[in-house]
Amino acid sequence: MFQFIAKRLVQLLVVLFAVSLIVFVLTSVMGNPVYLMLRESATPEEVHAVTQALGLDKPLPVQYGIFVKNALSGNFGRSYMYHLSALSLIIERLPATLELVFVAVLLSAVVGIPCGVIAGAYPRSLFSKSVMSLSIAGISMPSFWIGMVMIYFFSLYLGLLPVSGRGEVGVFLGIRTSLATADGWAHILMPSVTLALGNVATIMRLTRAGMQENMKQDYIKFARSKGVSRFRLLFGHALKNTLIPVVTIFGLQLGSLIAFTTITETIFAWPGMGKLLIDAIHSADRPIVAAYILFVAVLFVFINFVVDILYVFIDPRIDLR
Amino acid sequence: MTHVQRGNFWRVLAASEGWSRFKRSKLALTGAVIVVFVTLVALVGPFLVVQNPYDLSALQLGDAYKPPIWSEGGTMPFILGTDQQGRDMLSAIVYGSRVSLFIGVAGTLLASALGITLGLISGYYGGRIDALIMRIADIQLSFPSMLIALFLMSVLGRGVANILLSLTLVGWVRYARTVRGETLSVKKSEYIEATRVIGLPDARVLRRHILPNVFASIIVLSTIQVGSFILTEATLSFLGLGVPITRPSLGMLCNDGFSVLYSGLWWVSILPGLYIMIIVFGINLLGDFLRDEMNPRLR
Amino acid sequence: MRTMNETGVERSVGRQGELLLEVRDLRTYFHTFKGVVRAVDGVSFDVRRGEVLAVVGESGGGKSVTGFSVIRLIDDPGRIEGGQILFCGRDLMTLSESEMNRLRGSEIAMIFQDPMTSLNPVYTVGQQLEECFRLHTRMGRAERRRACVEQLRAVGIPNPEARLNNYPHQFSGGMRQRVVIAIALAADPKLIIADEPTTALDVTIQAQILRLMVRLVREQGRSLILVTHDLAVVAESADRVNVMYCGKIVESGDTRAIIDRSAHPYTDGLIRSIPSLEVDRRRLDTIPGIVPNMFELPEGCYFAPRCPRARDLCRVREPEPVEIAPGHAVSCHFPLEKSSSQREEVR
Repeated sequence: MFQFIAKRLVQLLVVLFAVSLIVFVLTSVMGNPVYLMLRESATPEEVHAVTQALGLDKPLPVQYGIFVKNALSGNFGRSYMYHLSALSLIIERLPATLELVFVAVLLSAVVGIPCGVIAGAYPRSLFSKSVMSLSIAGISMPSFWIGMVMIYFFSLYLGLLPVSGRGEVGVFLGIRTSLATADGWAHILMPSVTLALGNVATIMRLTRAGMQENMKQDYIKFARSKGVSRFRLLFGHALKNTLIPVVTIFGLQLGSLIAFTTITETIFAWPGMGKLLIDAIHSADRPIVAAYILFVAVLFVFINFVVDILYVFIDPRIDLR
Repeated sequence: MTHVQRGNFWRVLAASEGWSRFKRSKLALTGAVIVVFVTLVALVGPFLVVQNPYDLSALQLGDAYKPPIWSEGGTMPFILGTDQQGRDMLSAIVYGSRVSLFIGVAGTLLASALGITLGLISGYYGGRIDALIMRIADIQLSFPSMLIALFLMSVLGRGVANILLSLTLVGWVRYARTVRGETLSVKKSEYIEATRVIGLPDARVLRRHILPNVFASIIVLSTIQVGSFILTEATLSFLGLGVPITRPSLGMLCNDGFSVLYSGLWWVSILPGLYIMIIVFGINLLGDFLRDEMNPRLR
Repeated sequence: MRTMNETGVERSVGRQGELLLEVRDLRTYFHTFKGVVRAVDGVSFDVRRGEVLAVVGESGGGKSVTGFSVIRLIDDPGRIEGGQILFCGRDLMTLSESEMNRLRGSEIAMIFQDPMTSLNPVYTVGQQLEECFRLHTRMGRAERRRACVEQLRAVGIPNPEARLNNYPHQFSGGMRQRVVIAIALAADPKLIIADEPTTALDVTIQAQILRLMVRLVREQGRSLILVTHDLAVVAESADRVNVMYCGKIVESGDTRAIIDRSAHPYTDGLIRSIPSLEVDRRRLDTIPGIVPNMFELPEGCYFAPRCPRARDLCRVREPEPVEIAPGHAVSCHFPLEKSSSQREEVR
């Protein structure tokens, strides 16, 4: 176990080094921030002063050293737009994004897994065929398009749900979240469905494929010969085997969910870190982009780590050594 | 290795079980019909539609804000209505689909070329090169491709060439991994051993003996890749990080129309998106069938 | 009920026992794209209490499908097309799926071929064993645990308390099959169907596991349908034998009668192809040809194309089963005579 964690940590460092290097190189190419910070009529002396203040006059390796040193202490510089620490801006926006992702994950699990189980158990049924067609349709839809259709239908046409933004924030179990208020739920419904749709389809297909495979296995027949009921057979015996690959994909999907919050948050004007990133890209706000990418990199490596640990709990055949 | 006799190819195909399963599968047939239709529209559509949406002089502001003809206020010839500049939506969608399809197909070709090359090198030579390539692939795979593309585009800036570059850098990994895996297994087989014994040059062994074996996997991967690249491009363009405004793809049209969605002009943004979905749906149906048919291991 | 067979350890008891299972004209077909496969086609047989009935034949002969049909575990594209399966006088074909589930495990249980795949890899052996008790008894938690330990001990697994918490992959093949047997016998079923229970095991432990299984069956006066292709297994453990070929029973009778006085050329061929039985021959005989394609069965007797004794009649008319001695039936136009030279000495 200890060895496993140590190996993982080394991996984490390698990934972070690679990512930081790429982020540094690419963000330094990305437009000169000096001109964004000054009036158009700025004098050369003013330009020089700002360049020096940002450390942009030093050679690139030195700049990278400074970048890493600062990054390690959580300092990615101040946002050119907001004049606040980039990392604290991201942290501040994190809860809004996390609650969106949380609801989307919940939706994918609650809808995707049972549908996949039933479709996989009865692959010739009409239900299974509809689920398959719908899931292909699901992964074929651009997520921004689903968002637009829902905005038009539920908000503009039916007038049921708010068009955009995050609802009232309440306190639940000491956590400040919009999930604690009815207004919050009304606001989060469409964004989270938009975010979850592709994911639901993927989880559903994967679960279905796994179930189909597992239902053919001898141990299922043996369980049936013991008199195990259909329900226990599907959700007890077969599902636990199916979950092993599903959990892996769930981990990977969690990463892409976080990536796709950029789109969802843009459409619904959701004040999370995804929208912050898109705004930052449009205004060449380097520190935020850099901080976001590195922050998300750490997050992903952490998620992969958790998935590996979960694996061991689900699949007794895996030995960590 | 299966050598298909050239003259017989079509007869062999027509008699094969795969072909009869294809004819029976409603989903696969639907997919094929959609793909053929979409391709035809992209090729001959521009000759059939009422205007060239890129030609600003052809646009009449008086035609603006027309809904599709089945809604109240819709008039011919604007079957799918017009946008806020008086641009015919049907024409815009037909022209836009050309951009989207071009990027999807060209991106796939480039990504597969890079991926196959690196995969072959990695699998055939092994050693340090292999380790390096696969390490990069691993790191890249731990990030969602959407995020990488987004980041690359934010650095590179808008433009078709930049999108193609981003898609290539995002898409090569899966090819490289698949090709490497297959190459490793083929390399172990006896007939490759035999070709080395008789002293065939490496490039020839790679091209003539390994590539045909990974062909099926590449076809399957590529089909699905075209669909996913079209979606990626659409998403990037929707976020304003894709194609330039002058030659809008379907995703760009959605972006354009999104601002007027709130005023009730749903067709300007929703119809181009619907067409994206139809295109990708058709490709995915076909890809699903091919995957089950050609390589059940690629799940 | 059990007491009457307490002496069932003895072999001959089976004959007198009352009927437990009557299968009449069972037909199980598989509907595939290429056509219909009649895996089991009009099969009738009985199983008495305390009896071990072997079902033998080459693979593809419908032995396993017969076994699975009795417990009604036939999946798409297969279907039981017709016939009756009377168990203790009740026709299983008329039961609903949930009624069937109450019966499975508690009245009829199965032992599968490959112990490597018949246990669920993600549950402990204890959990899988306990499930039987939970489904079919009213035992409490502690009681169930005690019963599990007892059950594992009965099948000869050392240190059962600790082994309960182990996963299947931590057991060897033979030990796993013991666990499978323990699970099958847990809820005290009257009939056990064993589908090639030793085929997948190491040769060295096959006999061991077979004897364990037969002993546990006979000790409690249970009945066993033993599906196997191995006539040595049959000779050692069965009371009676059904020989199946292409979905039909071609010969049935007491084990001794079948082995010593086989009347069907197919049975004779099977016996001649076993290495060690009684007669010492230089070269092993084999049955010429292969099992026919199930989509294009020949007209007349299905065995005719491979049969050394086939005549024109065999290729036209299908033989009906005929009782040539009490309890010994054969479906053949020209059954082997007992006067054949090799058999004389047996008499």
